[in-house]
Amino acid sequence: MTAPATLPEVAVSAEPPVHKPSLKKRLVPYWLLLPGILWLVVFFVLPMVYQASTSVQTGSLEEGFKVTWHFQTYWDAFTEYYPQFLRSLLYAGTATALCLLLGYPLAYLIAFKAGRWRNLLLVLVIAPFFTSFLIRTLAWKTILADGGPVVGVLNTVGFLDVTSWLGMTEGDRVLATPLAVVCGLTYNFLPFMILPLYTSLERIDTRLHEAAGDLYARPATVFRKVTFPLSMPGVVSGTLLTFIPASGDYVNAELLGSTDTRMIGNVIQSQYLRILDYPTAAALSFILMAIVLVMVTIYIRRAGTEDLV
Amino acid sequence: MKSATTWLRRNLVVIAGLGTLAYLILPNVVVTVFSFNNPTGRFNYAWQEFSLDAWKDPCGVADMCGSLSLSLQIALWATIGATVLGTAIAFAMVRYRFRGRGAVNSLIFLPMAMPEIVMAASLLALFLNMGIQLGFWTILIAHVMFCLSFVVAAVKARVLSMDPRLEEAARDLYAGPVQTFLRVTLPIAAPGIAAGALLSFALSFDDFIITNFNSGNTVTFPMFVWGSAQRGTPVQINVIGTAMFVIAVLVVLGGQMVANRRKKAQPK
Repeated sequence: MTAPATLPEVAVSAEPPVHKPSLKKRLVPYWLLLPGILWLVVFFVLPMVYQASTSVQTGSLEEGFKVTWHFQTYWDAFTEYYPQFLRSLLYAGTATALCLLLGYPLAYLIAFKAGRWRNLLLVLVIAPFFTSFLIRTLAWKTILADGGPVVGVLNTVGFLDVTSWLGMTEGDRVLATPLAVVCGLTYNFLPFMILPLYTSLERIDTRLHEAAGDLYARPATVFRKVTFPLSMPGVVSGTLLTFIPASGDYVNAELLGSTDTRMIGNVIQSQYLRILDYPTAAALSFILMAIVLVMVTIYIRRAGTEDLV
Repeated sequence: MKSATTWLRRNLVVIAGLGTLAYLILPNVVVTVFSFNNPTGRFNYAWQEFSLDAWKDPCGVADMCGSLSLSLQIALWATIGATVLGTAIAFAMVRYRFRGRGAVNSLIFLPMAMPEIVMAASLLALFLNMGIQLGFWTILIAHVMFCLSFVVAAVKARVLSMDPRLEEAARDLYAGPVQTFLRVTLPIAAPGIAAGALLSFALSFDDFIITNFNSGNTVTFPMFVWGSAQRGTPVQINVIGTAMFVIAVLVVLGGQMVANRRKKAQPK
């Protein structure tokens, strides 16, 4: 970000030669940018400012709200709802890890082993984007239904004993437990993990695999030393694209969970739309944003990738 | 003779990958199967008996097809808006050097790096503070806003990989700037623009969180499904879900077949 000031000059020479631009020509990029940037400033930046002001207001719905610089709201909101914050991060983190674990083999399969099936597999990964995710999430109610085949099998193989011990299920139910919510989150955000993984895997020159094999590396070593490191940009953007939306989600917790699995998104939603306590809702949403931005920044630094998009 | 374990080890990636694919497709299968269900009671969560009723009368549920057509309209306008604004930004970013590039870059990146609910809530704060009536226009404004960044990313990727010498060549052959843009630049950037537009359409059509905050009493299709999860889910919802899946697969496969044929037709 803070490159020496001379660096852009060098970059310019690689661009198509620009011959003495007139003022009119120099203004072209600004005219191109203006409408879109204006849209983002008015409907993205300005709303943040309004929300910031809402978060330090006091008052009630009947008497109206006034800006009183009441920062106490932040502290009260955090101390009251920290379990939901922790739960959101825990669920989103678990779902992200599961997405990586489940998504990697499929992305690998499509990139290297699918052959002429590649396009069909990609379509099957993308197609859910075009079908309402709410309908598909409701379908999980049927799949995980009490006494249904899935729960029966999980119970028989002793899986539910393990998850009960971990506190993720209760008895022989899956629906309305943390496991159901994490399952829904994993399912909903899996394509956001697979696509970046696939893009970065596809770019890898397969001759590198052959070279590693020629140097007597076993397949597992090839993966560990060549494939995985080269797929890191995909891993980083995939985990971000999964974790960020999952941490603010309230749909899965609402449809597949219970009151014990409420995430911070559920709290913000009900504060804004049902309880109409706007200052608390605004403060909660800023705390969530701050937590996510800090975590993302640290993560990007540690992963060492700057070219994300 | 290969033992079973060697076979398993060799095909581990394939098995795991197909397992994940099954996990991804399973709900779609359930949605399809349950579109032929004849449920008792308000909810369509348990299999009762086979019936074609819902398929014969997909709009038989009050307000459902109205919400569907509203969602399609919003998605269409949001796609047009986001694609036009986003493509212009992408071209400015790749083709020009200007002051404030870094700031513009982070402004475009931020909406993608923020939980949707934060944007949803802040927009609501704006609309409430300004006393703007929630409805069609507030939904449309919000959708253009969050689709914009995705269009910029898609178009930028395509324009970046494009050879600038093609445009130089066009200029050397005395094509004016407008002609160069229309006959050289735009056709090459088209797949990126199409990808951005398709993504916008899907994101807008399917958006729930931002719409939930900014729709007021207006009911889009996702809002209808959400409400039905509380009131009772009609079978017709599964019919629409199945139809959307089939149409999506056909459209994407068809598009790929056209692209393949074009590639083959080109002399190497």
